[in-house]
Amino acid sequence: MCPVADTPDVSYAPTEEQELIASTARQFVEDRIGLDKVRESMMSDDGFDPVLWKEMAEMGWTGLGIGEEHGGSGLSPVDMGVLLEEMGRLVTPGPFFASAVLATTTIQELASADQRAELLPALASGETIATVAVFESARDWSLEQPKTEAKRSAGGWVLEGNKRAVLNGADAGLLLVTAATEDGVGVFVVDARADGVAVTPESVLDPTRRQASVTFDGVSLSDDARLGEGDAGPGLGHVLALATTAMAAEQVGGAQRCLELSVDYAKSRYQFGRPIGSYQAIKHRCANMLMKVEHARSAAYHAARVTDVPDEFAIAAPLAGSVASEAYVWVAGETIQVHGGIGFTWEHDAHIYLKRAKASSLLLGGPRHQRSLMGSAIGI
Amino acid sequence: MPDPDITRVDALVDELIDEFPPGPTPEEEFWGAQYDKGLAWVWHPEGYGGLGLDRRHQSYIDQRLERAGASTENRRRNLLGIAMGAGVLDAHATDEQKRRWLRPMFTTEELWCQLFSEPGAGSDVAGLATRAVRDGDEWVVNGQKVWTTLAHIAKWGMVVTRTDPEVPKHQGLTYFIVDMTSPGVDVRPLYQITGEAEFNEVFFDDVRIPDENRIDAVGAGWRVVLTTLMNERVAIGGGSIPRESGYIGDAVDVWRKTGSDDPVLRDELLRLWADAEAARLTSIRANQLASAGIPGPEGSTGKLAWANLNKEITAFTMELLGLDGTLYPDGYDLVRPQGFGPHGPQKAFLRTRANSIEGGTSEIMLNILGERVLGLPGEPRVDKDLPWTDVPRG
Repeated sequence: MCPVADTPDVSYAPTEEQELIASTARQFVEDRIGLDKVRESMMSDDGFDPVLWKEMAEMGWTGLGIGEEHGGSGLSPVDMGVLLEEMGRLVTPGPFFASAVLATTTIQELASADQRAELLPALASGETIATVAVFESARDWSLEQPKTEAKRSAGGWVLEGNKRAVLNGADAGLLLVTAATEDGVGVFVVDARADGVAVTPESVLDPTRRQASVTFDGVSLSDDARLGEGDAGPGLGHVLALATTAMAAEQVGGAQRCLELSVDYAKSRYQFGRPIGSYQAIKHRCANMLMKVEHARSAAYHAARVTDVPDEFAIAAPLAGSVASEAYVWVAGETIQVHGGIGFTWEHDAHIYLKRAKASSLLLGGPRHQRSLMGSAIGI
Repeated sequence: MPDPDITRVDALVDELIDEFPPGPTPEEEFWGAQYDKGLAWVWHPEGYGGLGLDRRHQSYIDQRLERAGASTENRRRNLLGIAMGAGVLDAHATDEQKRRWLRPMFTTEELWCQLFSEPGAGSDVAGLATRAVRDGDEWVVNGQKVWTTLAHIAKWGMVVTRTDPEVPKHQGLTYFIVDMTSPGVDVRPLYQITGEAEFNEVFFDDVRIPDENRIDAVGAGWRVVLTTLMNERVAIGGGSIPRESGYIGDAVDVWRKTGSDDPVLRDELLRLWADAEAARLTSIRANQLASAGIPGPEGSTGKLAWANLNKEITAFTMELLGLDGTLYPDGYDLVRPQGFGPHGPQKAFLRTRANSIEGGTSEIMLNILGERVLGLPGEPRVDKDLPWTDVPRG
């Protein structure tokens, strides 16, 4: 067995442009969103504030990864990672990940040129919120054989099936749905208001990122509703790897903020006459949090920088997914422990992070699934 | 526009290779010539093995020399001298001391060792008890040092001693270079749990050190210790390793050889692989940022991360071996090892137990991360302002 190829040369230092994206995003997220706002959204029916969505769109965030020819700014996955890291710091609610990452990536990777020209401008401007409907059962991450079917009909398709974990499904006007066809899996563009589409919002662990279950009961689609041509299975794998990479950036941001909350608290909370951060039991916990965060950051930054190198990306994306998922869940849990009793209250923010961390780690297949993908890529 | 420093370095490397062709030239002669041309420690001043250039140029020089077939084995053979001792001399020694010691250190004609730890002073090295008492132009040293790599073949030792027990511990230390062949120096092998003696115990019984071998001022030993440890960290945190090398590479080999398809073991192997890769990427990122002048927390986690990983990975590899893990093919022959490895999996399992102790325990590394990187408050110290003699010991 030949050894795994060594890492390609990659530069990890941020560019000036990336530093600017980060500082602008941090300011916006802190000033305009903030955790008070997150709490408001969390308890609201919609789960996010449409005014904020509009503001994000106006700042060009929704079009960040979309080419200029379609009304976006055509920036790279690294730039998107920088933005998501900042959004993750404050558990930014709303359909950004679903629409600007998942759905946008799906269209970019799978759609024909005409379809891209038709669909992307409204996503770039934030006018349309889109999402992706892939998963059907709780622990089946395979993409190749959905039970949902698209059958040929006169001049079009008929869609039949059930999807779950459709991120922000109730907010989306446009659904991208995977379905089995005669020639492999297809991805279909479905208007959420079409006849036969029933969207049921779920009550979710992480109320800052909503989900819906969606049933398609004999939904008629036009002939050109299928994205691209032929079997979309491998393309979908790449889409999910890109989404995993984006999610990892968000996870790093959240984990970093948890570390900061814990360290701040350890400095200001006194017990037995001194700050609890002076005790090794707490200090070492914080130092271990730092180490996990830095490892997650390395894996996430690396993945975002090798999206164009197929062999390397096949390793780097699930690596980032596994390491960042586990780091965030662990760090968010330790944040509660460092805070003690207050950390378990509704009033404190720690639970918002824990819920985001745990849900995020499961949404795209969970750390073990990610490691299994990585194992296939490295021949283990 | 080419970097003038690189141009200068290139010219000197060409000249060195031209005048002392690496193949036919004996190693020690080559290393001497390399020193004379200022290509040994390029950041040292001219005349002391350097050119006064940025430290970063050294790895470029070494790469060029290796490509030309020259050996850089001296850096390994005299690791404690070249990586740590030279930095101490550069920062604290007199010109005369540097002239006497640097060149034969680089050529490996004189090997170096470091004498800090004592049976009673491990993590708290500043609490050490080896005494040095002045006697005219000499100092008389008594005490015991431990964990001394290479002491049995070293000519010179960097030793830190207590010269004033009546002041708080950090203030009463003085640093010397001791001739390891002096009368009264007794070096004994210290056998480890592997059955090998990589290290030594060193006993000082009325050993006389001339005052001219003192480094920096009397009572200034602690700051010289700090310089030594800083250089140690630069040396340890230096290069980056290839993907899937080291212990994780060994684990993958064993996995493939044993032909297991157990999904539980597979996931555990992949988890370790992912953690090792994340740690490796962190080292690469840290090195990149450090050389771009952007210091960050990622540079401080490596020692701790690898200590944990090495222990976990080698323990897991034993599990992959099953009953073969209960064998010990190397035998416990109580020998001095040749070089630093590689080890079979069973010996690796035992040897890595020291990774979280040697060069700073993981507990101390966690304190450093917590206090210096995260800014958490230190523990109250009962010994800080007490004269060393009044500090409880045991």
